[in-house]
Amino acid sequence: MDFDFSPEEDAFRETVKSFLDENLPDEYDAHDPKFLKQWNHALGKAGYLGFAWPKEAGGAGGAIIEQFILKEEMSTRRAPALGTDFMGLTWVGPAIIEYGSEEQKQKFLPEMFAGESIWCTGYSEPGSGSDLASLSTRAEPDGDDYIVNGQKIWTTLAHVAKYIFMLVRTESTSRYGGITCLLIPMDTPGIEVQPIPSLLGVASFNQVFFKDVRVPKSCRLGKEGQGWKVVVGALAQERSGISEATEKLRHIEDLEKLARKVKRNGKPAIEDPDVRRKLASFRTRIAAMRLTGMRHLTAQLQGKRPSSETSINKLLRAHLEFEMDDFSLGMLGTEAQADGTWQHRSLSYHGSVIGGGTPNIQRNIISERVLGLPKD
Amino acid sequence: MNFAFTEEQDFLRSEVRKLLDAQCDVKHVREIADTSEGYSRDLWQQIGELGWIGLAIPEAHGGGGLGWEELVILFEETGRSLFPSPLLSTVLCAETIARFGSDTQKQRWLPGLADGSQIGTLAFLEESDEWSPKAVALSGKREGRELVLDGDKRFVQDVVAADLLAVFFRRDDGELGIAIVESKSAGVSAKSRDPLDKTKRFGDLTLAGVRVPQEDILSAGEAEAQQILELGALAAAAEIVGTAEGALDLTVKYAMDREQFEKPIGQFQGVKHPLAETYMEIETLKSLVYFAAWALDSGDDSIALATSQAKAYASEVITRAGVMGIQLHGAVGYTLEYDIQLYLKRSKWARPMFGNEIHHYERAAALGGL
Repeated sequence: MDFDFSPEEDAFRETVKSFLDENLPDEYDAHDPKFLKQWNHALGKAGYLGFAWPKEAGGAGGAIIEQFILKEEMSTRRAPALGTDFMGLTWVGPAIIEYGSEEQKQKFLPEMFAGESIWCTGYSEPGSGSDLASLSTRAEPDGDDYIVNGQKIWTTLAHVAKYIFMLVRTESTSRYGGITCLLIPMDTPGIEVQPIPSLLGVASFNQVFFKDVRVPKSCRLGKEGQGWKVVVGALAQERSGISEATEKLRHIEDLEKLARKVKRNGKPAIEDPDVRRKLASFRTRIAAMRLTGMRHLTAQLQGKRPSSETSINKLLRAHLEFEMDDFSLGMLGTEAQADGTWQHRSLSYHGSVIGGGTPNIQRNIISERVLGLPKD
Repeated sequence: MNFAFTEEQDFLRSEVRKLLDAQCDVKHVREIADTSEGYSRDLWQQIGELGWIGLAIPEAHGGGGLGWEELVILFEETGRSLFPSPLLSTVLCAETIARFGSDTQKQRWLPGLADGSQIGTLAFLEESDEWSPKAVALSGKREGRELVLDGDKRFVQDVVAADLLAVFFRRDDGELGIAIVESKSAGVSAKSRDPLDKTKRFGDLTLAGVRVPQEDILSAGEAEAQQILELGALAAAAEIVGTAEGALDLTVKYAMDREQFEKPIGQFQGVKHPLAETYMEIETLKSLVYFAAWALDSGDDSIALATSQAKAYASEVITRAGVMGIQLHGAVGYTLEYDIQLYLKRSKWARPMFGNEIHHYERAAALGGL
């Protein structure tokens, strides 16, 4: 074991820090399109988008370990690390590199780097949420085309996305083997997007309707019936949890600040032993999350694919979200009724806990795939 | 950066597990636990010859010259097997001497501890029940070239079996000291206490006018004593990893075998989800424990925080794993016959050993700048 970074890796960290000093304003509006465009451009220019992707795919060919450092520093500075196209850069891109045709790589990857495309992901359907493999949106072959009919739901960013990375059913007898992955431009005739206001009252996810949408078969990613395999790999990318650990580190810093500010029995809450122990318990698990991320990273470096064990950090993170939220609102007292940062956070974290598979789904994955218990 | 064990370390783990599976399965554990001594002399001799006890003792003094990464592997496996022996106590006594003894002292005591011919332990905890060097009050008065020790120690692990005691005491001038005392010395008396977990033995120690020559005092004060407590916390946390995993494996097996409503109960989410939670917690704990072992071996300045985080979380994990195991077993979990109760009892030993989560989270808060 060795947790030290090499001099080259330390130097890379310094480079990232200087990049952030130069390009990230102290205050910014994460929803300002002008800022995001600039930021995206700067990231692209520095080679930080698709950082660890192979050079021939247009990436920077960076080492995975440097990507870890990059993510960590970005998150430490609370930067919108991947600009506007989180989904594209996190899992669509790697999936295209692994399963895509030369034509698809040429078409989609350069745009992704330039920050000129936003991707959304069409997994869930009204009848298929946690049981994703039951999905029923159909793609019927018609000559060189598919005709897509059906409906997706909870599709984040569909209202602004240029493309959708989606799962369809090409065959109905095989549950997993009948699923295929398509890459479709959102302006294709027959696609209709209806935003769904989240409980925060803003549009973040959508319903997407497909009515006789004709797309060429060249839109297919991988082979027919290979869609489930493509997506399982993509979801594991989402769950590696390294940047999540750094994100939680920012959260606990904020929580500690709050504990210094609010009073308990006339004294700063931070002096209360219960409060101190609770904060230490959060910090302990956040430290462990980062370390577990490093264990997965090591496995990746040794050429092993991310396994279902990556569900560990997703599940642990859910616990931390619940407990840290509960704790923050407890400290706020009646102030918890008013609108404010902590209160807002208390509503919004549910989205990230449920997205990508609820905690119960993570428990199913762990108990069935890792512990070998029978499927229910 | 590399967070993985080496092939040699993986080999050590498989060798330790192989021997314990063959010679110390749960049937043997129960037999050994029912003896008055509480450990098997045969097995003890064997692991001494195999070099387990002296794994981290310098080669010059009869040991294997390895470190805490290897000790953590060893303790994880002994924890998994509920191996009843004075291993943890002896290793910690040897570490104390290896770290803070002179060359003469090391040459005198370490070879015997390394090969198992001598059993050692730490005599630390007192009436205050505080795992903190500041709480050490046992009196060590200077009389000429000798020191006279007077006072009581509690919960001294393997105190009846031990030949050598690392006694933490308070000098006339208020400084802390550590003396190596032979248990057969005049004025030393040990009295065993009934443990909840019979695979772990301990008792109270009384030192009444025990005379210790200057050459038996180690060169250690409060900071050094604190380091020993950190080693103890890590050793206990490593055992907990194995014990919790043992409880999980046993319960998973039961959940697959036991059928109700014409299905294995492991098919019900009410059963499989708590098992998944325990798995997640154990994996999370491993990350903390392995990192702390690396920090110790490489002298990283995060040792104190890392060991406290590891033991704090370990105390919580083993407490929950013990309860989970019994509850998912249902009524048979409440019987003497089923083995899961052994893990619950071990959790009662492991949680407070070298400080429970209350102690260590408080410490982690202070170390983390709160």
